[in-house]
Amino acid sequence: MTAVPLPYRVVGNRAETTDTRTVELLPVGDGALPAFRPGQFAMLYAFGVGEIPVSVAGLRDGVLTHTIRGVGAVSRALCAVRPGAHVGVRGPFGTGWDLATAAGRDLLVVAGGIGLAPLRPLVQAVVSMPHRHGRLNVLIGARTPEDLLYRDELEGWARPYCGVTVDRAGTDWRGQVGVVTTLLDQATFTPHDTTAFVCGPEVMIRATARELLHRGVPARHIRVSLERNMHCATGHCGHCQLGPLLLCRDGPVVGYDRAQPLLAVREL
Amino acid sequence: MTAVAVPPDADSPACVLDGEGVGALVRELRARGRTVIGPTVRDGAVVLAELESADELPYGWGVELEAGHYRIRRRSDTAAFAHSAGPQSWKNFLHPERVRQWSADRGPDGGVTVRAERPEPTSFAFLGVRPCDLRAIQIQDRVMTGGRHRDDAYEERRSGAFLVLVECTEPGATCFCVSMGTGPAAQPGYDLALTEVLDSAGHRFLARAGTARGAEVLRSLPRRPADDVTRTRAREDVEAAAGRMGRTMPPVDLRALMADSLTAERWDDVAARCLTCGNCTMACPTCFCTTTEDVTDLTGDHAERWRRWESCYDLDFTHLPGGSVRTSPRSRYRQWLTHKLGTWWDQFDSSGCVGCGRCLVWCPVAIDITEEAHALHQEALDRRAGGKDEAP
Repeated sequence: MTAVPLPYRVVGNRAETTDTRTVELLPVGDGALPAFRPGQFAMLYAFGVGEIPVSVAGLRDGVLTHTIRGVGAVSRALCAVRPGAHVGVRGPFGTGWDLATAAGRDLLVVAGGIGLAPLRPLVQAVVSMPHRHGRLNVLIGARTPEDLLYRDELEGWARPYCGVTVDRAGTDWRGQVGVVTTLLDQATFTPHDTTAFVCGPEVMIRATARELLHRGVPARHIRVSLERNMHCATGHCGHCQLGPLLLCRDGPVVGYDRAQPLLAVREL
Repeated sequence: MTAVAVPPDADSPACVLDGEGVGALVRELRARGRTVIGPTVRDGAVVLAELESADELPYGWGVELEAGHYRIRRRSDTAAFAHSAGPQSWKNFLHPERVRQWSADRGPDGGVTVRAERPEPTSFAFLGVRPCDLRAIQIQDRVMTGGRHRDDAYEERRSGAFLVLVECTEPGATCFCVSMGTGPAAQPGYDLALTEVLDSAGHRFLARAGTARGAEVLRSLPRRPADDVTRTRAREDVEAAAGRMGRTMPPVDLRALMADSLTAERWDDVAARCLTCGNCTMACPTCFCTTTEDVTDLTGDHAERWRRWESCYDLDFTHLPGGSVRTSPRSRYRQWLTHKLGTWWDQFDSSGCVGCGRCLVWCPVAIDITEEAHALHQEALDRRAGGKDEAP
């Protein structure tokens, strides 16, 4: 019954930035939820507070990993969970990044802010199977250097390129400043033979996809992860509609050939 | 989902129940342990409620309907089913306004135990399901149980429900089931179908079974074989009803019309009238949207999740951390209409509208879904004529 959360035990909770934490979960009992795929999401329930959708940010060793930014009552409660506490989990829900269909192609991963979290298990999967794909380029945008996630891991993601840009920075920042698409010139990929995976604020998704289309990446090979108000995650509550799509079911990962006309309509 | 269908007229030929036959039907269904729900007059409306006997049916009552207008009125005859849709629909029973989904307790060690709500075994019998409303039930079936994730509690209530359809012989001024292809004649999916006939030969019902369990119930009732006069009269009354629809939809592919109309100017016109109150979504027999409430008791160690109806007109409906997606009334009315007539097809492979007219009747400012669809159609025609066709 996918409407009822299964208790998971918190086995790790570490700070990523001042407002964002990565929480690791293992099933309490013998029963576990079906395996998640990169790009899918879970509904996480903080006892007595409420439930929110959170993408999987890691799947290694059977540990369900979520990176959560504390912006509301539920996400703050989830950020505050201590090891040993129980969190309710439902899932897996939605479409994944579908890495299998990108075999042999160059990969372009473009993340804005917390949008890097759902892309992390994808990148980890690619890095762990180095010969299955072409070149891997990871382009990361953050508000400030302090908002950058997974700092220790980025070096290992450069196959051959992993770049970071920030919106604003202090004088000690020696990296790039500007929107994430400015990193595209440093990436090496063959546009028509590239699959792109894009996650971030909607305005960033639109700008990135526009630039990728301009450079010749086919729309159906640009996969974007969209956000709407996921409530039940089972296709019954109607909240996550984007035109014909129920994003909990038909998304969150959608080909840009489908997403583009829908995102072009204001307030759809 | 429902009991096995048998061909009508196979082992259960059409028969006639006399005026008292409906009373026997209610008694029989109750004797079989069913909760009989049917129309009855209450608080100035024909509502759906539990019936203890057929005496509570709205004999001699009709309704006067218009956009934004509902009145019950006395009829000159004693017909029981000569009224069209009231403020409620069968979703009030199959997909109730508020249900508890689960409850959870936190022990002293911080461990959480979650208990799924076991739906109480229900055994409804719905008496007086209109053909349009039968279609509405089937549409909600697709939403709640037709996808990857099934709503078990809905399934439980639905599979236990015995449906007594009554063909429509008295459409209201707000009805357009003919346009939507859902009525006024019976379509498959019922356990029993009745057609009320009232003439000099008396008050009676042409009855036939659509399922084995319907045939079994029918066999237990006092009845006589259907005579030609009753058959003919029943057919003529239903055919006449089809010719008396108060409203129509534009005779075009409504799904394509909606897809082509996302930037229509008409949305501004309707937004100037729409109060975004959500009455249409509450009255609509197919609108299914819900939200959840997570509650705790005073100790903080007992929590529950309740699901309740919600409307796509609510500002919070599209809430995201950065604000709601659909803030303008224009976008919220557009969402409702384009979903109902258009994108419902993409999501659930059917229309979301059955032509019952409830959304017109219960709109406080008399917004008429058929008038809006006609206006969008006219605007599309004008656009094309003006060479500004933006349709694909």
